[in-house]
Amino acid sequence: MSQELLDVQGLKTYFPIKGGVIRKTVGYVHAVEDVSLTIGEQETFALVGESGCGKSTTGRSILRLIEPTAGQVRFDGQDLCALDAEAMRKKRRDMQLIFQDPYASLNPRMTMRKLLEEPLRTHFTQPQKEIDERVHWIADAVGFSRDQLDRYPHQFSGGQRQRISIARALITGPRFVVADEPVSALDVSIQAQVLNLLMQLQQELKLSYLFISHDLNVVRHISTRVAVMYLGRIVESGDTEAVYCHPMHPYTQALLSAIPRRDPSEPKTRIHLEGDVPSPANPPKGCAFHDRCAQCMKICSEEAPAPRVMPDGRRVACHLFDG
Amino acid sequence: MKSFVETLRKLWADPMGKIGMVGVFLLLAMAVCAPLIAPYPYDQIGMRFQSPSGEHLFGTDKFGRDIFSRVLYGAQVSIQVGVIAVGIGAVFGYLLGLAAGYFEGVVDRVIMCVMDVLFAFPSILLAIFISAVLGKGIGPTMVAIGIVNIPVFCRTVRAAVISAKGLEYVKNAKSVGVKTWPILVRHISPNVVAPFTVQVTLALSGAILTEATLSFLGMGIQPPSPSWGSMLSEARADMARAPWVALFPLLFIVVTILVFNILGDALRDVLDPKLKV
Amino acid sequence: MKHLLEMRNLSIDLFRGKKLPPVKLVEGVDIDIDKKQNFGVVGESGCGKSITCSTLMGLLSFPLSVGEGSSLRFLREDGTESELTSLSRAEMRKIRGKEISMIFQEPMTALDPMYTIEDQINETLRFHTDMTRAQMHEAALEMLRKVKIPRAAEILKDYPHHLSGGMLQRVMIAIALINNPRLLIADEPTTALDVTIQAQILDLMNDLRESYDTSVIMITHDLGVIAETCEEVAVFYAGQVIEQASVDAIFHEAAHPYTAGLLRSVTSLGGAQKTLYAIRGTVPTAGNFSAGCRFAERCEYCQERCRKEAPPLAVIAPGHTCRCWLHPAQKEGTA
Repeated sequence: MSQELLDVQGLKTYFPIKGGVIRKTVGYVHAVEDVSLTIGEQETFALVGESGCGKSTTGRSILRLIEPTAGQVRFDGQDLCALDAEAMRKKRRDMQLIFQDPYASLNPRMTMRKLLEEPLRTHFTQPQKEIDERVHWIADAVGFSRDQLDRYPHQFSGGQRQRISIARALITGPRFVVADEPVSALDVSIQAQVLNLLMQLQQELKLSYLFISHDLNVVRHISTRVAVMYLGRIVESGDTEAVYCHPMHPYTQALLSAIPRRDPSEPKTRIHLEGDVPSPANPPKGCAFHDRCAQCMKICSEEAPAPRVMPDGRRVACHLFDG
Repeated sequence: MKSFVETLRKLWADPMGKIGMVGVFLLLAMAVCAPLIAPYPYDQIGMRFQSPSGEHLFGTDKFGRDIFSRVLYGAQVSIQVGVIAVGIGAVFGYLLGLAAGYFEGVVDRVIMCVMDVLFAFPSILLAIFISAVLGKGIGPTMVAIGIVNIPVFCRTVRAAVISAKGLEYVKNAKSVGVKTWPILVRHISPNVVAPFTVQVTLALSGAILTEATLSFLGMGIQPPSPSWGSMLSEARADMARAPWVALFPLLFIVVTILVFNILGDALRDVLDPKLKV
Repeated sequence: MKHLLEMRNLSIDLFRGKKLPPVKLVEGVDIDIDKKQNFGVVGESGCGKSITCSTLMGLLSFPLSVGEGSSLRFLREDGTESELTSLSRAEMRKIRGKEISMIFQEPMTALDPMYTIEDQINETLRFHTDMTRAQMHEAALEMLRKVKIPRAAEILKDYPHHLSGGMLQRVMIAIALINNPRLLIADEPTTALDVTIQAQILDLMNDLRESYDTSVIMITHDLGVIAETCEEVAVFYAGQVIEQASVDAIFHEAAHPYTAGLLRSVTSLGGAQKTLYAIRGTVPTAGNFSAGCRFAERCEYCQERCRKEAPPLAVIAPGHTCRCWLHPAQKEGTA
């Protein structure tokens, strides 16, 4: 698959649980368990799931901001996990992360100009004139005027700060951006502004996004393909419209039916999920979802289902679709 | 620079801060201007054990030296020792704390292990031990007090670095690809400044006290150099006969430490972002 | 008094020091809550929706205070009326947790980690009733079963950190309802929870409504939650109610450009149009409100008059009020 920009195979990230007096490792949190996905040029691939399902950890493991335990991440044909720290640091120019909380992710002591210059100075050596040009260009692209450049983050609103974050991530000209819940911290009326900006910049700058979100409506709108995660695993992935219109995995079905209606007159058809998400430190044996699944069979508690490719190209990990 | 002026302004607005600032300023002025204010050289001999009078403001000691003059010159010694000793402790403590906090793992464990050992000794005993090894006099005293101070600074800085590392914008800088050194300088260090500054002020009073103790025990500054501690030490035998010989150096030690502690507390209130409304 | 609660001209002041005049965070709020009504309050962060409802619990503390001329009349259990703004602290304590209770956004921090679930339920019972220990235990058990907590007897002995967010929110609901209050204030009860858990909690609240005579004020930023649970809605913007109507009217005949814009940007998600409808600009902060309409800066239909004159909250259809010059008041006295 030569036109894929990012190819992740069998990614696993475990966190050790320390216990006892001598802080011995007593177990592992299986935050990401065998995740495989590919993202093409200029594609938006969404990871969706509930809190603690490992979607954020997956994003950060791909960027090696958290070191993955096992697996392969190929970016543009190059294996990222084989790079040493300095080579990986240089690689960050091409792959960036947009953070969730625009209030915490910008250094309050730096002006917007300094914040935007920093990535440039880190990755390029160029005269001040070119740096200025680039800063003005990106500030323009995300909708700031030049006289706003010398202000500090606290002088901006949440939506504006998130636009600064986006500008900071895009100024080095990356090809791949992980957007980790980029609109969750924003007010409803501001979310649409930021989503529009992300989509517009994708067109202009030919970006690929890994879009991580728990907001199912937002994911449906922005992504072309989607993967649903549960307890560190991808349970279903495929074209967004197909997954939303005809969810196959029982968890996807329940998740989608839980979206609050946008209109009080819409009929209510909800699949009830009993209980809570189990702890990733101690996942159930077999299929991780089996103890909450209405269609649980005997095999589900014994054997973890392997992802199967469906006729429409979708991948579903569920024993219902065996054979 | 702007934030420095801002901090001073806030300190001035705080009543305790004002007392601390004025007190420290007076002490510094006293030390700097000692040769101008002092009516006699610190080692000029005259009539023994004169009680305080217009001629000798604080009286004279067993060699007939003017105590007021000696206290003024003593301020020079005490503050010099305090500043340089704290400087040694602060610089090494800062660097070690930064390294321990940022790199974690083996570096952290080795540094903190050494620090814990240093910590485990009663600080005065450690200072005596180091003085005994290095010899007497002003230089070794400063080094000894400096070393005693390293663990305190190291701990303070390490804790601040570790909490700063968890900040989203520090993670952001990493994800952008910023190198280690700029991350430390630009993003982490500013968060260390506040607790560090407070620690410096508090350590200054501690250092002056340790110097006085060492000198009192005969390990620190040697006669005839006037230091408040050595003056107290010399006054031991004559305390009943001429209480003023001990009283005035003691008074200055107490006031100095009080003033630095007040300033340190006020500084913490001003700098601690958690207390900001 | 025909309503359970009548809010009249409620304003909330933020004290800024002796020399400065206070900032009005909330201004001119008139809301009536009927018995057994499910009332929604929707708005973005900082619009004043939460502090408005904290006022009902007497939970405002310095530097916030209830502004002059505000009135909150509440119909008590014994049929008398109380003016909540002038009650003493002791009187207010009798009402709080008994006649008016509240559920918070973060169940993880709203419960005391040092006490068991049973202790925390008993605390409310002990203050407001004179049950024996055994009776309290029975009541607590009964209540946990009502909020559909499995293994209720074991859960009673657990500490908050043993339970998940969804379970804790059920416990919070149990504590809030155990004294059979007349008014329940739910402040973003599902915002901190995942969608599947949110669905469980909203369904639970809808179910419980059948068996209690409680009116509910649901505070949220999520129009979906409003659609799921409420009958009547007030939309807050920049410290004012800008529109109030039945849920159907709000969702189908939204009159105020802000309400309409909000709905449009939510419903355009997942629509055929790739570019989302977005309200331009940012929410003004308290103290920087314009003299005219507070939404004028962001409004597509803004006219000369909107910038100069603040529109009043006018009755534009029976049971539908709106604060906008585009919608003139109806002549007949339907208010």
